[in-house]
Amino acid sequence: MAVIEKYLRQSALPHIWCPGCGNGILLASILRAIDKVQLEQKKTVIVSGIGCSSRASGYMNFNTVHTAHGRALPFASGIKLANPELNVIVITGDGDSTAIGGNHFIHACRRNIDITTIIFNNSIYGMTGGQSSPLSPLGAMATTSPYGHVERPFDIAALAIAAGATYVARGTAYHAVALTDIVAKGIQNKGFSVIDAITQCPISYGRKNKMGGPAQMMQWQKDNAVLISAAAKMKPEELAGKFVIGQLHQSNAPEYITEYEKVLAKAQGRGGEAK
Amino acid sequence: MRPARLMQGNQACAEGMIAAGVRFFAGYPITPSTEVAEILAEELPKIGGKFIQMEDEIASMGAVLGASLTGVKAITATSGPGFSLKQELIGYGCMAEIPCVIVNVQRMGPSTGLPTSPAQGDVMQARWGTHGDHGIIVLSPGSVKETFEVAVACVNFAEKYRTPVILLLDEVIGHMRERVELPEARDIHIENRKVPACAPEEYQAFKPDADGVPPMAPFGEGYYYHVTGLVHTYGGMPAGPGPITDEIVHRLESKITRAQKDITLYTEDGIEGAEVLVITYGGSSRAAGAAVKEARKKGAKVGLLKLVTLWPFPCELILEKTKHAKTIIVPELNMGQLVGEIERYTGRDRVVSVTRVDGELFEPEEIVEPILAAGGKK
Repeated sequence: MAVIEKYLRQSALPHIWCPGCGNGILLASILRAIDKVQLEQKKTVIVSGIGCSSRASGYMNFNTVHTAHGRALPFASGIKLANPELNVIVITGDGDSTAIGGNHFIHACRRNIDITTIIFNNSIYGMTGGQSSPLSPLGAMATTSPYGHVERPFDIAALAIAAGATYVARGTAYHAVALTDIVAKGIQNKGFSVIDAITQCPISYGRKNKMGGPAQMMQWQKDNAVLISAAAKMKPEELAGKFVIGQLHQSNAPEYITEYEKVLAKAQGRGGEAK
Repeated sequence: MRPARLMQGNQACAEGMIAAGVRFFAGYPITPSTEVAEILAEELPKIGGKFIQMEDEIASMGAVLGASLTGVKAITATSGPGFSLKQELIGYGCMAEIPCVIVNVQRMGPSTGLPTSPAQGDVMQARWGTHGDHGIIVLSPGSVKETFEVAVACVNFAEKYRTPVILLLDEVIGHMRERVELPEARDIHIENRKVPACAPEEYQAFKPDADGVPPMAPFGEGYYYHVTGLVHTYGGMPAGPGPITDEIVHRLESKITRAQKDITLYTEDGIEGAEVLVITYGGSSRAAGAAVKEARKKGAKVGLLKLVTLWPFPCELILEKTKHAKTIIVPELNMGQLVGEIERYTGRDRVVSVTRVDGELFEPEEIVEPILAAGGKK
């Protein structure tokens, strides 16, 4: 407990999340990851969007920005480029990052800018009371999908990899210890890191989809998550309906801030190769 | 003064921004503002500044706000359609009190409109484009040289009052080339935002000083605080309805209106003893100036008040300068936007609105005619 208390704004607590919400578990994993990689507190900035997930920034004792809906990544990119000394961590939700912020998300991946983004993925718009999101499964019930969701969901990890992110992993609120580990690795990756963090929304998603209470929803996470090493040995039909967790992708690609340093060097006529 | 050069308004804008200390630009290509981005893409890296072309107009505004939070002077440039998209985060900048400048090189609207034609149709959008009550500073220059000076003033006001400032250019000023002599760096007055004098643990990021403006700590120096677009306490934490909300909404406007005298920039010519007063701003001021000269030759007693500051509306100045005028003529390249505001203070009886919305500039004769009609001279 002591580890995460150091990074919490005690005066801002208790949090606003509903009983049984998984967001607090994800927040604790992020704080443990920050501690694990020993990020300097005053050089670390937390940026979030709008939604249940994005309220996390307010509880964290850093320089924190609760931006507008979908806009965490543009703010974060401006912060990182203006002062590359800062470690920038983005907390966002599935609707925030892949619907209204979808364009920003793919372009942050493409730039491979050194930012770590943790997507609190609860498959629903929780704060507004349970509307379907781009991560709601086909057929899921939601207040705006009263006959079952007619759209297919994104696979965030596949989207991030295709768009150019250099570290992509998935975890869950149930696998909190493993989540700390992948967030820490994401922070250590010099480039754009995406962590798809699956969490439960018992109130706005679980009830409507008859998934039981918080404990049953976490049991669902446990039962349906397959570790990447195990998934490698499984047949596609065995994996149907399951999701893969762990580190899904890591690659080397030019990182934006490093590349921009070269632009500065060229413009200032120092060390840059003549062209 | 530096040696005279021939340059475009958009270039003077870019150079003014650099002179004022701007070291960050984020933007998206859009006519007729693109030269501002192109020039800064080349010039900023030479002096350690940063340029980024974002994926869209909204992202550009977000990046500018993020950069400013680190203590860097940051701007963007756009035109009508992009200005519309930026409104969401301009409101965020007002609420979270983040200094920045948004250059809007106006073109004919609505919508895609006439991308390369001059207009002054965004005067009201600049004031009220984002939702909710808020204060805003809007300056509009009428020449290339003035664009340089106004760019500096915009950055200074943004820093001094901790707020977004809008530089309302129009296509004709942005693209027009004029011979200009720019001042030496040492002769340019520069304002920098106030930083906290207290220890980090005592810092309240949104607690105003006596002037209504809170000091602003750059990120990364151990002054931990929360920035949000929600109504918030002095400490930056979300607040509910009640006195805190009332105070912040009032202060976001009053910190600017109380400084009206400092913020009001204008020039005047021959108002003393004039029976007719032409009130003008931006690109229209060129035709208005020529019209006043022409009308005087024909015997009209006419003065010229050229506003640079449009918002906060310079009501004190308008009341004073219109005191003796029998007729007030307001030419605008729109359907009559600022004229309504002038009428609020002078009454409607004395005011003549002259408008043009076909994508062309005023001919001086279009303004000479109402001056002569009002002045009783032929």
